[in-house]
Amino acid sequence: MTKLQKDELETIAERRRAKRTDWITVGMGSCGLAAGADAVFRALQDGARERGLELDIRKTGCVGACHAEPLVEVDVQGAPRTLYGHVKPEWVDLILDSHVTLKRVVQRLAVPEIAEQRRTCNDHPQPEANRQFKIVTRNCGLVDPEDLEDYIAFGGYQALRRCLFELSPEEVVEEVESSGLRGRGGAGFSTGLKWRLTREAAGREKFIVCNGDEGDPGAYMDRSVLEGDPFSVIEGMTIAAYAIGANEGYLYIRAEYPLAVARIEAAIRSAKLAGLLGRNILGTDFSLNLEVRLGAGAFVCGEETALIASIEGKRGTPRPRPPYPSVSGLWGGPTCINNVETLANIPPILSNGAQWFRSIGTERSPGTKVFALTGKVRRPGLVEIPMGTPLRVVVEEIGGGALPGRTIKAVQTGGPSGGVIPAALLDTPVTYEDLAELGSMMGSGGMIVMDDEDSIVDITRFYLGFCVEESCGKCAPCRIGGRQMLTILERLAEGRGRPEDLDQLRQISKTMKAASLCGLGKSAPNPVLSTLRFFPEEYQRAISASRSNA
Amino acid sequence: MPAQEKDLAADVALAARKWQKKRGALIMVLHEIQGRLGYVPREIALELSKQMNVPLARIYEVLTFYNFFELEPPAKYVISGCMGTACYLKGTPQILQEFGRLLGIEVGQTTPDGKFSLTTVRCVGCCGQAPVILVNGEVKSKVSPKDVPHILAECTD
Repeated sequence: MTKLQKDELETIAERRRAKRTDWITVGMGSCGLAAGADAVFRALQDGARERGLELDIRKTGCVGACHAEPLVEVDVQGAPRTLYGHVKPEWVDLILDSHVTLKRVVQRLAVPEIAEQRRTCNDHPQPEANRQFKIVTRNCGLVDPEDLEDYIAFGGYQALRRCLFELSPEEVVEEVESSGLRGRGGAGFSTGLKWRLTREAAGREKFIVCNGDEGDPGAYMDRSVLEGDPFSVIEGMTIAAYAIGANEGYLYIRAEYPLAVARIEAAIRSAKLAGLLGRNILGTDFSLNLEVRLGAGAFVCGEETALIASIEGKRGTPRPRPPYPSVSGLWGGPTCINNVETLANIPPILSNGAQWFRSIGTERSPGTKVFALTGKVRRPGLVEIPMGTPLRVVVEEIGGGALPGRTIKAVQTGGPSGGVIPAALLDTPVTYEDLAELGSMMGSGGMIVMDDEDSIVDITRFYLGFCVEESCGKCAPCRIGGRQMLTILERLAEGRGRPEDLDQLRQISKTMKAASLCGLGKSAPNPVLSTLRFFPEEYQRAISASRSNA
Repeated sequence: MPAQEKDLAADVALAARKWQKKRGALIMVLHEIQGRLGYVPREIALELSKQMNVPLARIYEVLTFYNFFELEPPAKYVISGCMGTACYLKGTPQILQEFGRLLGIEVGQTTPDGKFSLTTVRCVGCCGQAPVILVNGEVKSKVSPKDVPHILAECTD
């Protein structure tokens, strides 16, 4: 592709949209591949070739309905567009003969309930009450993640064009500030303010960094976006770089996500070839170079200062703040670090305006949030809902509720840094404030459902064990406090608790929260404190069990 | 220099040269080496120290900090149980126990013939398919302990 100029985006979009007739897509994110999507894809290609069908068969990322993978969507003239779930290679002949050739939908393989959940901001300006609404994952499962033109056909790069030709960097920062977007990595800091601080910091060289070190166990929102719509993250980063005045940027991605890394690297290459990255983007004098850096299995590297150390090629240990990265980050330069999901929000905000974004979600938590709904629920998957949606809607309506014969006990949000919310409080709306009030947090978006089979004490031990293993050991409260709490929790989980254990847990938690150096140590006690608060009877049982044994 | 060592030096040189102009490249060079060899042997670390002009202690400081890097050659089949929360709740511990029972090893060990090793991995992000097991990086979804003999039987030359 030759370098694109300002007005060529439309031409490409129109040309590609005209070409998009009679197509089949196969969801080929990590979960789709794990469920056997590759064999289905090959069977479709072979089947179409044998029948001499002129079909555009494409790979897409994750639709979000992980429970129904592999997913295949068919749209041919003369028959309604249909999504098929749990597709096996041996069904491909039937789909091709019936749907594609005879224009008869194979109703018994169709999953209309999943298709209905795909209301995106590309097609609808506003969400419907208690339903999914996709801003971040608007293209996931629809767009071919390896094809830049396809992204452009879905409205991609219109936001960057608007920024480069109609807005000054200052105006871009203002727009993001007034959108009220808050960091989706967990803490919820204002994205616009972060951009402003980096923009106004003195420094010859500034950096934009995408935090793709999604380390929470049970969370895969960022993986799905990186795999399913890599260009939206790159476009978001490009806009951020323009706004803060950076010409260099890094995407820090977990090495455990090989497909995400491959897709992002390919996307960077095609954007560069098209003149959407590199020198003189879209013919302007703005330039940006992006590179990928791999994580290496250290949870603490999700913390900003540890992440910076890791990109610099060092051990990923955090350092005290201030100075904040926005003042002194990578190689001492002002650095803006945004999470994958935050960045994927940027293009729609700049295309549709801050007011539009503010109209979705709640006053203090505008927009949507993506959750990885997993655990003991009928329909696990990736869910994107407007902020303020009650947890109950997510778990029961979208997730289908408890597994047969079981009852839901609790929902965990925020991963090892979050808390456990009891089933009685499922009407809590999902916002930064409401979750924090319950001693949990939004976190990056893991939402794990637990039922009556699960022991709360054991889960707490699991989370704390994770934090102890991942503690970098630099500060004593986290290194020693975590280890001590784990010893107590192990004892409790084995039914050998002592009466004084609960007070000790509270005491150590307090110290860790107050005195740890970084977010890992400060938040590691959250699962302990929230379970002590909501499930005291389970702890009591663990203690009385040991007494009756004695 | 014996032929094998010459290859080694050339391999390191290649990886180092590719990254030499980049800042903070050490971790990426180590990824590249592990990607090729499956682990980072001591001789390579020594060679790298010379070629990149980085003290050996700095290299080991990084290698030992990050879980991802291996200092020993991997078994022919590395079986990893995902210990993400969803997989944990849905039974990874029981699956690992079954692997351990059939192979006669514990998590973190390798069979004496070097054919199998049993490890755990942090969330691989396939929570919708929980519980998952990785065999040499390939994801097996919705595994139950009774699938274990079958998975082992598939591990043949």
